[in-house]
Amino acid sequence: MAVNEPTHSRVVLDPTGERAPAHRERLPRLTSLSGVTVGLLDISKPRGDRFLDRLETRLNERGVATRRYRKPTFTKPAPVDLRQAIATECGAVIEALAD
Amino acid sequence: MRPPLPSGLVAFVKRECPTCQLVVPVLVRLAHQTKLSVYTQDDPGFPPGLEAVDDRDLAFSWHHEIETVPTLLRVGADGHEEARAVGWVREDWEKLTGIHALGSELPDWRPGCGSRSVEPLLAPELAARFGGGRLAARRVELAAAEDEHEALFARGWTDGLPVVAPTERRVLAMLDGTRRRPNEVVAVVPPDLVPCTVEKVAINAVLAGCKPEYLPVVLAAVEGACSDAFNAHGLLATTMAAGPVLVVNGPIRRRIGMNAGINVFGQGNRANMTIGRALQLVIRNVGGGRPGGVDRATHGNPGKLSFCFAEDEEGSPWSPLSTDLGGSEGEDTVTLFPGEGPRTVLDQLAREPEALVRSLAACLRTLHHPKLPFLFDALLAIGPEHARVFAEADPPWDKKRLVERLSELLQLPGPEIVRGADGMAEGVPEAMAQATLPKFRPGGLLVVHCGGRAGLFSMIVGGWVTGATGSQPTLREIGPWR
Repeated sequence: MAVNEPTHSRVVLDPTGERAPAHRERLPRLTSLSGVTVGLLDISKPRGDRFLDRLETRLNERGVATRRYRKPTFTKPAPVDLRQAIATECGAVIEALAD
Repeated sequence: MRPPLPSGLVAFVKRECPTCQLVVPVLVRLAHQTKLSVYTQDDPGFPPGLEAVDDRDLAFSWHHEIETVPTLLRVGADGHEEARAVGWVREDWEKLTGIHALGSELPDWRPGCGSRSVEPLLAPELAARFGGGRLAARRVELAAAEDEHEALFARGWTDGLPVVAPTERRVLAMLDGTRRRPNEVVAVVPPDLVPCTVEKVAINAVLAGCKPEYLPVVLAAVEGACSDAFNAHGLLATTMAAGPVLVVNGPIRRRIGMNAGINVFGQGNRANMTIGRALQLVIRNVGGGRPGGVDRATHGNPGKLSFCFAEDEEGSPWSPLSTDLGGSEGEDTVTLFPGEGPRTVLDQLAREPEALVRSLAACLRTLHHPKLPFLFDALLAIGPEHARVFAEADPPWDKKRLVERLSELLQLPGPEIVRGADGMAEGVPEAMAQATLPKFRPGGLLVVHCGGRAGLFSMIVGGWVTGATGSQPTLREIGPWR
């Protein structure tokens, strides 16, 4: 084999994270909030708490249990422990985005 | 895979080499007296009288790292190399073979010639052919009818400008820029939090147009950007205009030809333009951070393509920026600052430090909003002609004094900055109306010296949210180049 003919010019290396996300099914939509604990996640944006306060009142009026959570800062992803806590303690979660 | 060598003596030669021709009688004698295998790089008929292995494709030579011919190896029964002699040095050959009076008719020594496997025109191709196996990235074959540049745009791998196709050959050449292993993880890159290897950084450095000698700077920048302190995730996601700004200090600036002078923030210098670009391409391609996706910038700024420059240390009256952030002088470092586009401070009349520092303070006060204190850091780039005003004063002002005086001048009185003051809704809450608040937190004003020698200007680069929820200026040491 001659050594000076380019053999790789049409093949390039993938510069991406090559994430082939495993297909994850969404959970079925809840038909009722009866017996479900709803997590209320404040991402620490201004006035997110007001929005969640109102939701909490409305939910509690209907007899739905709620739990409050708060991300340390909206600028960073939620810590793993927080995500884990919400997933184990709640059947649904409402996140207050933006301000 | 590395092709095994037979046990016994192994010689690599080429006909083109006079020293190889000189030692033919020695090789013939060794072939008779012991077990010798000869690999020939250019002519299977050489050496005459001996049956040689044809290594014209250089697979044996490349894998066994032959740099010179003749090279004589002693290979053990298990296939491992036990000894190596390079060129013709009688004493070495005698010691390696255990046979005395070898080639007594020859001169005592003759240097060899370069192995074909290290010829500059062949080596990169051989590295791609034989060394590609150490690269783990998915191979993407471009269809015959695809235009190379259009194909890379179509796959979403560019920042809007053309990129260099990351072929195996180019990526392997890029990896020569570091001694770190290709599979070593450099950082976990936001927003998708993907572990990023040296190889992936190298691929994106090729895309960006980097030379291999820039790679250590890019690696340090990626590490620093993905640290919790710098918070590349928040900087990417913010609606504000900032992006990563890189300031390089230390001798590497000159070694790789970075610009610290005329048009320092502008176009025209390959290292400046491509190092910053490579970091942004890593965040785009590896981290998955794209405008309209997690990048929510309302306006952004053109520096988000690349904003990277060197400090003018040689012309500076002050110690370099890196030492203000804990680095030592003479150390190669990159400082990451979350910055927006640079803007000019023009003062052509001040000849005394006090007059100039007041101009600088007045301009710094307007950053983001003249009524907003301590939310943002700033990078103040003092131009050489402005620096001279401080350096030639009697007594001269050092950087510490400059920053202290700026801090004094940038104490904002509550009544001026409270919400509603001066007819502007923006400002601090009523509760702070009686306080005096600093424009910058302590340590939030960074000073760097750069720019052309002519022009009574300095520049301000405004920051993004500072402190624990935002991005803090971050220093990273640049690892040695090889």
